[in-house]
Amino acid sequence: MHGRPRKATKQEDPAAAAAKSARLRELQSQLLHFHHNRIYTKEAVSVSSKLLEINPEIYTGWNYRKLAFQHNLKEVSDTDTDTDTETIKSAIEDELRMVEVALRRNPKSYGAWYHRKWILGQKLVPANFDHEFRLLDMLLKADARNFHGWNYRRFIARLKDVSEEEELKYTMDMINTNFSNYSAWHNRSMLLSKLLRKKAKGFHEEESILSDEFELVRQALFTDPSDQSGWFYHLWLLDQTSTPHKPHLVSSWPSDKLNIEISAQFKEKCERFPIIFCFNQQVDGVNLATVTINSKLVSSEHITWKPLSANNSRKSKIWVGFLENFNKYCDNSEGLSVEISVHCCESIVHLKFVMKLSHMDHQGENGDGFEELFLWDCPKSQEINPYLVSYDPWRLRVESVEEDTKWHLDTLSAEIALFKEMSECDEDSKFVKLTLARLLGAHNSIKSGGSAYFEEILKLYDDLIKLDAPHYRYYRDERSLVLLDQMTSSKDSLVEYCSRCENSSFSCINPQLCINFSGLNLTRIGFVERLLWVQILDLSHNNLTSILGLEALQLLVCLNLSHNQIMSFTALEPIKSLQSLKVLDLSFNEIGSHPVDTTRYLCSSPLSHTCNVTETMEELARENIKIGDFWEAILLFESLQLAQLDMQGNPVTNERFRVLVGKVIPCLKWLDGKPVR
Amino acid sequence: MGELAVEKHAQYILSVEKRKDDFESLVMEHLRLNGAYWGLTTLDIMHKLGSVNPDEVVTWILSCQDKESGGFGGNVGHDPHVLYTLSAVQVLALLDRLDAVDVDKVSDYVAGLQKEDGSFAGDIWGEIDTRFSYVAICCLSLLHRLNKINVEKAVDYIVSCKNLDGGFGSIPGGESHAGQIFCCVGALAITGSLHHIDRDLLGWWLCERQCKDGGLNGRPEKLTDVCYSWWVLSSLIMIDRVHWIDKNKLSKFILNCQDLEKGGISDRPDNAVDVFHTYFGVAGLSLMEYPGLKPIDPAYALPVDVVNRIFFQK
Repeated sequence: MHGRPRKATKQEDPAAAAAKSARLRELQSQLLHFHHNRIYTKEAVSVSSKLLEINPEIYTGWNYRKLAFQHNLKEVSDTDTDTDTETIKSAIEDELRMVEVALRRNPKSYGAWYHRKWILGQKLVPANFDHEFRLLDMLLKADARNFHGWNYRRFIARLKDVSEEEELKYTMDMINTNFSNYSAWHNRSMLLSKLLRKKAKGFHEEESILSDEFELVRQALFTDPSDQSGWFYHLWLLDQTSTPHKPHLVSSWPSDKLNIEISAQFKEKCERFPIIFCFNQQVDGVNLATVTINSKLVSSEHITWKPLSANNSRKSKIWVGFLENFNKYCDNSEGLSVEISVHCCESIVHLKFVMKLSHMDHQGENGDGFEELFLWDCPKSQEINPYLVSYDPWRLRVESVEEDTKWHLDTLSAEIALFKEMSECDEDSKFVKLTLARLLGAHNSIKSGGSAYFEEILKLYDDLIKLDAPHYRYYRDERSLVLLDQMTSSKDSLVEYCSRCENSSFSCINPQLCINFSGLNLTRIGFVERLLWVQILDLSHNNLTSILGLEALQLLVCLNLSHNQIMSFTALEPIKSLQSLKVLDLSFNEIGSHPVDTTRYLCSSPLSHTCNVTETMEELARENIKIGDFWEAILLFESLQLAQLDMQGNPVTNERFRVLVGKVIPCLKWLDGKPVR
Repeated sequence: MGELAVEKHAQYILSVEKRKDDFESLVMEHLRLNGAYWGLTTLDIMHKLGSVNPDEVVTWILSCQDKESGGFGGNVGHDPHVLYTLSAVQVLALLDRLDAVDVDKVSDYVAGLQKEDGSFAGDIWGEIDTRFSYVAICCLSLLHRLNKINVEKAVDYIVSCKNLDGGFGSIPGGESHAGQIFCCVGALAITGSLHHIDRDLLGWWLCERQCKDGGLNGRPEKLTDVCYSWWVLSSLIMIDRVHWIDKNKLSKFILNCQDLEKGGISDRPDNAVDVFHTYFGVAGLSLMEYPGLKPIDPAYALPVDVVNRIFFQK
């Protein structure tokens, strides 16, 4: 099936070709005959040998041989009182020889390799390990990337109980023979991480082991920078150096020492108050035992903690708990003071915040809110908003990071210096530039309070977009993240993106402040842990295809995603959990123009067994609406309580669709700028 | 850009169906059921399924079933194996003829292949491979019988085959390979478990499969091949990272692998064509929204309208 030229290099004699086919057909039908009639004589088995030599892919042939082997062994033990070891050995050798013949024909034959494993795995006699390792050496010399060979080597090593340290030496031998051996590097990384995790003898000094590996891969990269293996290995080492081993809390809403002023209307309208935790890794175990609340009027039992995830995963980076009936507790003129302790992985984080009733009367807060259309024309404002005053993305992190980062920062600095040198010598290497950008980014993420390197990293990605055009959208995504990091890195940088919301006629803790990230060529979202407090967010006029991360913004009331490149309703899965969301602008995206949905399996749906056909869908099906055509929209909108929705400018929006929306969102007041009903 | 020679490919597929006696066909006789799936799905994507007689196909498929175990062999008289059982179910789904089998008997065969640690054997002989995890999960899901296996353990086993480069191998510790990655990502997608994947890490490993000739290879430092247009591309789509490759260049590469005289697509330009690569080339183009082709579902590897019919029509 692979690697055969279209025009045969020499024409085969038709008579010879016909004879070849006839022979193969003859052998195949004989094999099936013997197999179905359970004939296991020497002659019959030799037919299978001839067949498998020509075509080792006929799996039924290998099955037949296993049955013949079992049958003939049983005969031996039936006829003699002692099992004849010589006969067994000889039978095994016949099978092993058959496999070697087949492997000569096709060293990647699944059937051949498994047959060998099956024979030796039965441990009827001790295996000849020398022979096995010699066979492997020969095959891996001929093709160092044959993964069947490497998998078989792992099998034999386990059978012989070879230590991981010895196998690690073997990977070193293979790498020394040829640096360009991804398979060897892969095995090395697996063995090393096992040994480090076990803290095996000689492997408990993780930092010195990693330093040695950096040295090793450096040699590979200098010897042959065009071979990819070294670069992927370097990325793994970088990850080991920059990712903290233990998960920790990165941010929360409310943040520590925050004073929250709540309007009378908000207190009246909202019965539940969200508390959000954001960790640096997916965690489980956030519950009544690990989160303790200390407050005069509220106790731990008043809160149920849930992970925010699209599927039914128990683990998540973001956890939410709702303070039910909190409005009862705010009548106190002192306000409600709440202290929270989060026990996570051997560290404890303490938070304290206060909720008070605001004495200011927010204008126009009558009725339900949204009697008037919410408009997105918020003028820029550098007014100091109470939330900006206390904005400090580094504070929580500094308190909770316990790990010593000196070796990590020193190692990264050394690598950065090296790669800067390399990039001066080799302007055109994309891997050098990409690795340098990653190193600088890793350094940024560890060194708290640092804002170094942003401009350098942005420039590197701009270079990469030109240098490696086919992958430009990967670099644009990375660039967006760096930009967001820079924009949210401090109070001073963030204030540039604040707008004052004039027409806030709805209940909101913070109705005047709009975060305006429009027109920045953003392709994806990140650093949401710094934006948990945001309620009005403008992301219009960007290049977003994904909004992953927005699920953390549990306080969001108004969201503008117009003029982006959202391609389907499934891409909007993150907002399904935004219970406070009232205003959503999706106009001028690409929903309905893509037959292939790239987020089809990243949302809850019957296709991935993460939700069933819902009641709403069944009702609509009864009204003769083809739910197969609209399931994505139905599952999205039925979970929201929107007051205002804009969909114009998407190919999916037609009369049929507008009618559907009216049915699925009964509380909707405005659709595409016009009142509903 | 050149064009997809739909007529030629349709004719090629139908001719392969008739050809059974030359050496090349004989050597692949044991996987003819896979071939039926590749050929018929390609025809459907090209809106040409009408040229096939569904009753004949169904009869032949049923004749490949092992009456005792309920599993299907690659051809009449060949031993049952989960690989061919999936192809049988997929073709029946394509033709909307899942009523032709005893769903519980087939699903019991597949479910019975799950081991204690959650892995799946391919057949009674016990070879373990994450390919079989995907095949079993896909098959049972199409039959609405996923509840017959321990899904959590199946997922745990697949996750144990995750490598440090973000990819997946055939067994724990096995090197990352695009074919295995497709199987693991597909299985995790169908079981709602994609959160176990570091999508940025795997996405980058996958997008680096695109080489200078525009084609995709299966792992670093290997040759490009049209079949990776499916394995790599569908994986990228399922994790929403397909925009990280250059679709135009890949489309050109696939179209260059066509045999415009005799029909069919080969692994590389100017190589011999076969149904396997014809399917993967056309399916890859469908994933990239090539005009005139039906969209294909990246996890179930069947046209989207077939999958929607199975999950949304009561």
